[in-house]
Amino acid sequence: MIMRDVAIVGVGMSKFGERWSSGLKDLMAEAGIAALEDANISSHEIEMLYGSTMASGRFVGQEHTAALMADQLGFHNIPAVRLENACASGGSALRQGYIAVASGIHDIVVVGGVEKMTDVTSGEASTALGGAGDQEWELFQGITFPGLYALMAKRHMYEYGTTEEQMASVSVKNHDNASKNQYAQFRRAITIDDVMRSKMVSDPLKLLDCSPISDGAAVAVLVPLEKAKKYNDTPIKIVASAQASDTLRLAERDSLTEIKATKIAAQNAYKQAKLEAKDIDVVEVHDCFSIAEILAMEDLGFYKKGKAAKAIADGETTLNSKLSVNTSGGLKGCGHPVGATGIKQAAEIVWQLRGDAKERQVKNAEVGMTHNVGGSGATAVVHIYKRAD
Amino acid sequence: MERSSSSLWRKIRSRYDLVGNECKNCGSNYFPPRVVCRKCGRKSKMVEKKFAGDGEIYSITRIRVPPDTFKDEAPYFIGVIKLKEGPMVEGHVLENGIEPKIGTKVRLRFRKMYVEGDEGLIYYQYKFEPV
Repeated sequence: MIMRDVAIVGVGMSKFGERWSSGLKDLMAEAGIAALEDANISSHEIEMLYGSTMASGRFVGQEHTAALMADQLGFHNIPAVRLENACASGGSALRQGYIAVASGIHDIVVVGGVEKMTDVTSGEASTALGGAGDQEWELFQGITFPGLYALMAKRHMYEYGTTEEQMASVSVKNHDNASKNQYAQFRRAITIDDVMRSKMVSDPLKLLDCSPISDGAAVAVLVPLEKAKKYNDTPIKIVASAQASDTLRLAERDSLTEIKATKIAAQNAYKQAKLEAKDIDVVEVHDCFSIAEILAMEDLGFYKKGKAAKAIADGETTLNSKLSVNTSGGLKGCGHPVGATGIKQAAEIVWQLRGDAKERQVKNAEVGMTHNVGGSGATAVVHIYKRAD
Repeated sequence: MERSSSSLWRKIRSRYDLVGNECKNCGSNYFPPRVVCRKCGRKSKMVEKKFAGDGEIYSITRIRVPPDTFKDEAPYFIGVIKLKEGPMVEGHVLENGIEPKIGTKVRLRFRKMYVEGDEGLIYYQYKFEPV
């Protein structure tokens, strides 16, 4: 039961990328202060913090990151809880913040995600990310995350005739959007040929099918809708918050060509919002790999199974086409600091619905969605948003 | 990450002999073994079951950028294998001249998995070989 409506009144992001001169605390502060300024709220008004990092212990040796974030942002002595749900940590933290406000327990809640990934070698980063799968039976055998998504891609190609060029078109579109985003890691366009000629990582996925290793943070401020106008003229209402889980181990799932947790979370979210897929104007989906965006477009109900790859390659999901997908540049173009991604997605949708997305603005965007996945699909979080002014 | 020998030892029957389990309440087969049946939850009645190791490739990839533990092994094939008894299991697929692709039949082999540094443990486990 939802006790009261919840709105986002402030969002902030750090620049995503290889931030050699910035540490975990710098990134937290950069995004956190931007969000507080956006909400026109003081540090002392915040009542609770949910902080998300996936593997800060392995990346920088720092645990206890939510209390650290509260400390760094001057939220004196408030309760702070770290939330870890692999790459869906950010979306999960957002949902917990939503529940805290909706329940009436807290009025003003900050949700903040951060990851500092470039202080370790790529091999160490790959091992840290591997912990999002089944450590004993996947990572132990040297199965990497590109490997897991490659196994899904190969089966999708086998069952539906999906091609490597169609997968490449996801990365091309997302780089094009990223080129218009000041916060994005890669502000440059790429071509299908660039993707096809990039180094093979795990057959059929090539380097440019994969989201990068990134540093970054994103923060959002949540309040009850009835108080939202005090902080922001265009509050964005969260009209659905849904989450589902599945087996950690990929091979144990019912299917390799869908992410069932996404389907369940999406169905619940549409029901809560009393909306259908066709009502969504702009969506941020979890494109950790090109194939993942194809799966997401099908599992979220935008396309029938096996039909999304061609539609994306035909340009149906580019900016201001049939459905604008990953206007931020997605994980591929904007970057993927894992603990921050879910909240970055929410920030992008807030900007889109307010009409503040500048060069990448979707015309007449009224309803937005975010979709955040953990691991190879063991967690999926879906939120739907609307303007509330 | 260097592991204690007990982390390997406690799984040795599964890793060496493909011992999984079966739920006597619903008949589901599991490899790797589960403590609790996914279908039956609290009503699970799990008993050991050894799998033959015969199956076919359900999906396949070749990993070229490995985690540090496998840096001397890459590139290597990883498959999702559908065992003839039902369970789907991820594992290494050996190169023996037969192209491993979806539908290729495989059988069980026992091989070295990796060596932990110069003085650490040597891990062994099942792998699959195309037939």
